[in-house]
Amino acid sequence: MVKVEGLDKLMAEHPFFQGMDEASRKTLSGCARNERFDDGDYIAHEGKAAERFYFIRSGTVALEFHMQGQDGLIIETLHDGDVFGWSWMVPPYEWAYDIRAVGLTRVISLEATCLRKKLKKDNALGFELYSRFVPVMAKRLYSARQQLTDMYGKS
Amino acid sequence: MSTQPKPDPMTPVPFTIVRRRQELKDTFTVELTPASANRFAFQPGQFNMLYAFGVGEVPISISGDPGNPEKLVHTVRNVGAVTDALSKLKKGAEIGVRGPFGSPWPIVEAEGNDVVIVAGGIGLAPLRPAIEHVLANRSKYGRFVILYGARSPADVLYMKQLQNWRGRLDTYVDVTVDHAGRDWAGNVGVVTRLIGRANFDTHHVKVFICGPELMMRFTIKELSDQGVSKDDIYVSMERNMKCAIGHCGHCQFGGHFICKDGPVFPYARIESLMQVRGM
Repeated sequence: MVKVEGLDKLMAEHPFFQGMDEASRKTLSGCARNERFDDGDYIAHEGKAAERFYFIRSGTVALEFHMQGQDGLIIETLHDGDVFGWSWMVPPYEWAYDIRAVGLTRVISLEATCLRKKLKKDNALGFELYSRFVPVMAKRLYSARQQLTDMYGKS
Repeated sequence: MSTQPKPDPMTPVPFTIVRRRQELKDTFTVELTPASANRFAFQPGQFNMLYAFGVGEVPISISGDPGNPEKLVHTVRNVGAVTDALSKLKKGAEIGVRGPFGSPWPIVEAEGNDVVIVAGGIGLAPLRPAIEHVLANRSKYGRFVILYGARSPADVLYMKQLQNWRGRLDTYVDVTVDHAGRDWAGNVGVVTRLIGRANFDTHHVKVFICGPELMMRFTIKELSDQGVSKDDIYVSMERNMKCAIGHCGHCQFGGHFICKDGPVFPYARIESLMQVRGM
């Protein structure tokens, strides 16, 4: 098992945590786990409880919509340095789609209940974390809107 | 001094289709040879007017290898009456050709720099000659990056060639689609998301972009966010070219004629026009 101290160092290497003060990162690392997923492993399933959120250290995950009687439809792939799983922040805390590892994927995950407890006690840490999440969400929303334009279609 | 009369740019020259390949459901490639010469010199980024006899003319970028001028190659998307007529022509049929016209990609000015190609949809076709040139002169350039986006895996143009380019050890190729089934092992998402991962030198780079204008706008914004100067970005514009020599005005774009001053422009030169709604 990876020690909390080791996890803190791994977290410091991830772009999401760059510039975060050491004390905050150490607090968060108390909720962290180092994980690996093999090709084809499902990390999350649509409608299930969102108990963790994830920071990709290396590898790729596919965000998929489940389709009855068919293979899933991939709507986005995420890669090294990306973050996924903000359903932990939004009631009813359920995954909005399936998430599958594409090839060997290494991540750091944070446990949601643990995190919510810490953030309730430490509002400054909550603000710090949300301030980092909002730009990521904004960028992803912007990308999703670009996809909606069907920009490669017939001109 | 040569006494050879200069060919009339308004008169199509007959070329024969020597090969035809269906690339995608609505896109095909023809290889042509001239009836009266054995080579067709051009610069990457230039276009020809292709004449489907009895139907009409369309401007189509040249998509072959400039190092192989014996073959004139065009990749065409079937979107209207003329391209539909061209799509029905078989090996041995004749097409009228006028050209080459327009400004090229600045491949010589780019020497000594990283080169980043960003293409969307059929926009890869006008960039292929520039790619071939860089690959043929690889030692003159720094990091070479090809980023390509398409609607779905079935819409990826030149798939085999992309795989071949990726297989080289001196070229970084990344492809993405807007949506895909599980049998697709590549990226899913917008082409702009590939830029941050491409790891080029943002201060010593020339970026060539071709695709739908919306895609080019998104790409330019992302490049600017990454620190690439507008002076290092070049775009290929598309308008309704008719005469191809700047006389008729059909392709006027502000104070420019796309056929004569373009189709390749330094972005800084047309930035203000690209912001004008309805132009």
